[in-house]
Amino acid sequence: MSVKPDISVNVCGQNFKNPIIAASGAYGFGEDYTDLYPLSALGGISCKGTTLNPKDGNIPPRIAETPSGILNSVGLQNPGIDRFINYYLPRLKTQDTVVIANIAGASIDDYREVAEKLDSTDVDMIELNISCPNVKKGGATWGVTCEGAASVTKAVRNATKKPVIVKLTPNVTDITEIARAVEAEGADSVSVINTLLGMRIDIRTRRPILHNNVGGLSGPAIFPVAVRMVWQVSNAVKIPVIGMGGIATAEDAIEMMMAGASALQMGTAIFNDPYAPIKVCEGIEKFLIENKIEKLSDIVGTVKPW
Amino acid sequence: MSFFCNSYPVIEKKALAEDIYSYTILCPEVANNASIGQFVQIKAEGYMLRRPISICSVDKEKGTLRLVFEVRGKGTDKITELNKGDLMDVIAPLGKGFTTPAKKEGRVIVVGGGIGTPPMLDIAKQYGENCTAILGFRSFDRVILDKDYASTGAKTIVCTDDGSVGVKGMVTGPLTEELAKGDVACVYACGPTPMLKAVVEAAKAAGVDSEVSLEQRMGCGVGACVVCACTVVRGGKEYVLRVCKDGPVFKGEEVVL
Repeated sequence: MSVKPDISVNVCGQNFKNPIIAASGAYGFGEDYTDLYPLSALGGISCKGTTLNPKDGNIPPRIAETPSGILNSVGLQNPGIDRFINYYLPRLKTQDTVVIANIAGASIDDYREVAEKLDSTDVDMIELNISCPNVKKGGATWGVTCEGAASVTKAVRNATKKPVIVKLTPNVTDITEIARAVEAEGADSVSVINTLLGMRIDIRTRRPILHNNVGGLSGPAIFPVAVRMVWQVSNAVKIPVIGMGGIATAEDAIEMMMAGASALQMGTAIFNDPYAPIKVCEGIEKFLIENKIEKLSDIVGTVKPW
Repeated sequence: MSFFCNSYPVIEKKALAEDIYSYTILCPEVANNASIGQFVQIKAEGYMLRRPISICSVDKEKGTLRLVFEVRGKGTDKITELNKGDLMDVIAPLGKGFTTPAKKEGRVIVVGGGIGTPPMLDIAKQYGENCTAILGFRSFDRVILDKDYASTGAKTIVCTDDGSVGVKGMVTGPLTEELAKGDVACVYACGPTPMLKAVVEAAKAAGVDSEVSLEQRMGCGVGACVVCACTVVRGGKEYVLRVCKDGPVFKGEEVVL
């Protein structure tokens, strides 16, 4: 096959030139890696979780290494939605990539107000963080019950016409129930999965390594869990699933898409290798050529379960 | 101010003390862009997080970087498996380094504690005999870089906790004496937090500016993940900044230690 394969994907009518979106929290507001390559190399960026008012986050240490992963508890440190809209968004919008605002709140009203503010901007999509494990309120508290997840989704749905992606937490008994609940309230897409709640202890001091005691586990360690949940959720809902959780290689990306993901997010792998998103895209192209597949989106959900 | 992510050959590896290594890597593009007090993120094969290591010395002519670090755990231990000729994968140079006054007016003092000694060697090189280097260690067998500092022409004072070599006791003793002589333009420090606190207080008491290099567990190292937070006070207001991008060097009078 001489033609270059088409690795663009479409989620809720939004076209992405390639399937790799920088995951929220791993890529800030897109300013920090531009020494290495332009933001336009990414299909999209999901910006750092942003709240109505600025937040200072948790006391350090906020990160710990784990086998094949990391544990973090940043606690949603961010400059607030006004700064995002007035400063970061205009800069991001000139860089030829899909810009997704990731928003979090301590109350339904917070989410609604932030979504209303974003509705009149040119941000491409909104991702709801209802699954941050690192803040006492405004994180996983919404995402762990169908009622909580549904109520936030409903409030945001009523506040904006932008495509709304709901980011789901894996720290629940049945993630498909939550996915169905947010779909019923008008979510356009779900991103699966946020981090798994974890803990590490320094055995010399008997202190947890994270000052927050617990934090979110990410990286290749959680990849099989993520693949399983993407598969389950994509079978449970009709809206597109954005897959994430430990993707580090092109093979991981292809596997996640076969499980049912229409697009992908990468985070932790970028800390290890900032060029990982670019290498993954190159590897995907190679796979498609080798397997004579013309369009990447043709592989979505093509796993053949036993 | 730009950085690179690349693999560079190790051209020298030396053990300076037990578990403390000195590596020199050939990386002209990095050396050309690096300034005193910046750091690099070294990849440890098999580990997710890179290890932030301060730059000890830059040779722009030779295009080399010297990195001195201590084995603190499995990740840094893995890095020491690299030998001469091997490639070291680094993101560098990163962060904001020390601001050294362009004019050599007055003296400067550098204070290094243990593995906090390396990042100020090039300050000593820049100031030569107009620099006083006060280096503190636990005992004689932990002393590193004292000869490197002395060879710059800097007046070099070694202190050890147990008095097994040099002045017995903390760096703050000699520091206070040196400050009392006057004509000090700035104090630069890197080391354990209690030492940094004492240095900043001593400098403040003498009415001298200070800059300190901080250490914190980092994620990306480039400012994206906001993991390595520290607090500074400016104009009576507190700000949570990133050690990796807003630092690692901060003004002593601003940073909350």
